[in-house]
Amino acid sequence: MTRDQHKTPEEILQSYQNAFSQNISESRIERHITGMKKTEFVHIWIHINRSVFKEGLKHLFQFDECPHFAVTSGYDINDNIDLIYHFSIYHGFPHKELSINFKVTLPKSDPTIETITDLFPGALISEQEKQEMLGVKVKDIPTNKRIFISDDFPTNVFPWRRDETGPQKFVKNLHEVEQ
Amino acid sequence: MSPVTKTTFQLPIGPIHPALKEPVAFQFEIDGERIVDVSVALGHVHRAIEWAGTKRNPIQVLYLAERICGICSYCHPMAFSLAVERIADIEVPEHAQYLRVIHGELERICSHILWAGVAAHEIGFDSVLFLTWEIREKVLDLTEYLCGNRITKGITMIGGVRRDITPEMYPKIHETLQYLKDRFEKLRHVFLDDKTFIMRSKGCGILTKEEALKLAAVGPTARASGVKKDVRLDQSYFAYGDLDFDYVTPDVLTGEVNGDVYDRIIVRLLEIKQSISLIEQCLEHMPSGAIVSEPKIAKLLAKLKTVNGEGIGRMEAPRGEVFHYVKMNANEHIYSWKVRAPTYSNIMPWIPMLKGQQIADIPIVAASTDPCMSCTNRVTVIENKNSFALDKEELHQQSIQKSRRLNA
Repeated sequence: MTRDQHKTPEEILQSYQNAFSQNISESRIERHITGMKKTEFVHIWIHINRSVFKEGLKHLFQFDECPHFAVTSGYDINDNIDLIYHFSIYHGFPHKELSINFKVTLPKSDPTIETITDLFPGALISEQEKQEMLGVKVKDIPTNKRIFISDDFPTNVFPWRRDETGPQKFVKNLHEVEQ
Repeated sequence: MSPVTKTTFQLPIGPIHPALKEPVAFQFEIDGERIVDVSVALGHVHRAIEWAGTKRNPIQVLYLAERICGICSYCHPMAFSLAVERIADIEVPEHAQYLRVIHGELERICSHILWAGVAAHEIGFDSVLFLTWEIREKVLDLTEYLCGNRITKGITMIGGVRRDITPEMYPKIHETLQYLKDRFEKLRHVFLDDKTFIMRSKGCGILTKEEALKLAAVGPTARASGVKKDVRLDQSYFAYGDLDFDYVTPDVLTGEVNGDVYDRIIVRLLEIKQSISLIEQCLEHMPSGAIVSEPKIAKLLAKLKTVNGEGIGRMEAPRGEVFHYVKMNANEHIYSWKVRAPTYSNIMPWIPMLKGQQIADIPIVAASTDPCMSCTNRVTVIENKNSFALDKEELHQQSIQKSRRLNA
């Protein structure tokens, strides 16, 4: 792909709006400048509905034949778990790379999401981590075992959760002295 | 005699091993000396740092982030502050952006030279290990001169840096850079022309461009496979947009890309030279101004307590892209923090690199991605359920013997 074929952040966002209009609840483009030459960089944020999440990631291949998957981050917020899939496209072209972040909200009553390892094989470790840390269930994950947490750790405790399934009972505050 | 049906055996390496700077466990399936398959297990030193971060305020997290890794003690807190600066909309003074580049490149030089020494040690070339560590010592002296610390530098602050580099300090910096340039030719000659290095590294641990892209490899590991990917150029941060440099891929030197260990050596060596040039450019074009946007930390903290939002911080660490995601919700503590160190992305590419290699090549191939994982004791070889231990010396000796065999 040549530099002329690159889409602008606005065109990319518009393309998502056209393809998944009612399934995109929130989106924004962040622009920042650095250095004395005022070089600009752009971060795009898209909050996408779970039902079209996989389609949304496939849509990314229209802009770049190999989008780079960075990592999935996530947090527990009230009755939901939010996952953010971080990608970047157009690497290899100085100052043209765009970061695209997809947020997906999963209800705690059914925290399942499709695997993306068929599109991005490098995402396996990230998916395994989300399963054990947040209690998310990744459908069709190729290797369904723990990666960071040891096998003897309880299976119903998820370290990044803020509710009753969180790790509170394992926390020892050293400043609290037993009487 | 009964016929032998089983042709492959399991060879576990790690979690503790000299070729790995931090614990990680490999399970190799071997057929004689050849590796047929590999699986990797992580998490032996998971310290719940991301969780601990959510119990701290952003300034406290800087010092926690600094302790994620001893070698990348600058890029982790810096990536975190980049993310926080996005959320709180903090402008970093231009002078501070140039200072940030200098510290980042010094860290890269230290890390790459350290790696070169470790790589030499892995193939039994310990005299080169001492040569590289002598050079690194000079760079650490300069780091101490500029930051007051040698390893955990304590230089990062949200909105800038904590110490200035004034023109009176330039001669000392130029002196160290000149020393590095003088020694560079010797390093280049040892690593790229030496018969043993060439035999042990050429055609060894190959990662193709397709695999590197598919498995999301980052940093010198990806660039050595011909993937032009460097956050400094792709998405400018600090003052990198003002500086003159280009992607370092092995074809710059040899005209071809093989994606083997030799190519990874080329990329790291050339990047040392590139970092020297970047520091010189910064010193030459250094703008004047403040070193931090808000020098009063209490005032900065009061502002950070009121911000709401999420942001990402990306920068090119010595080993590749480091990625931090931060969410803040107008509270004293940060709400969520995800740290993605470059090795996290470079674990999966180990598998194609190691397949088809010999046992004696494990140390150099594993070390060739410069993994951010630690040190060792023994390896257990399980053969027909009767296991016997292969200690670190023995595995290291196998690697040395291979070098000697090739030289004979």
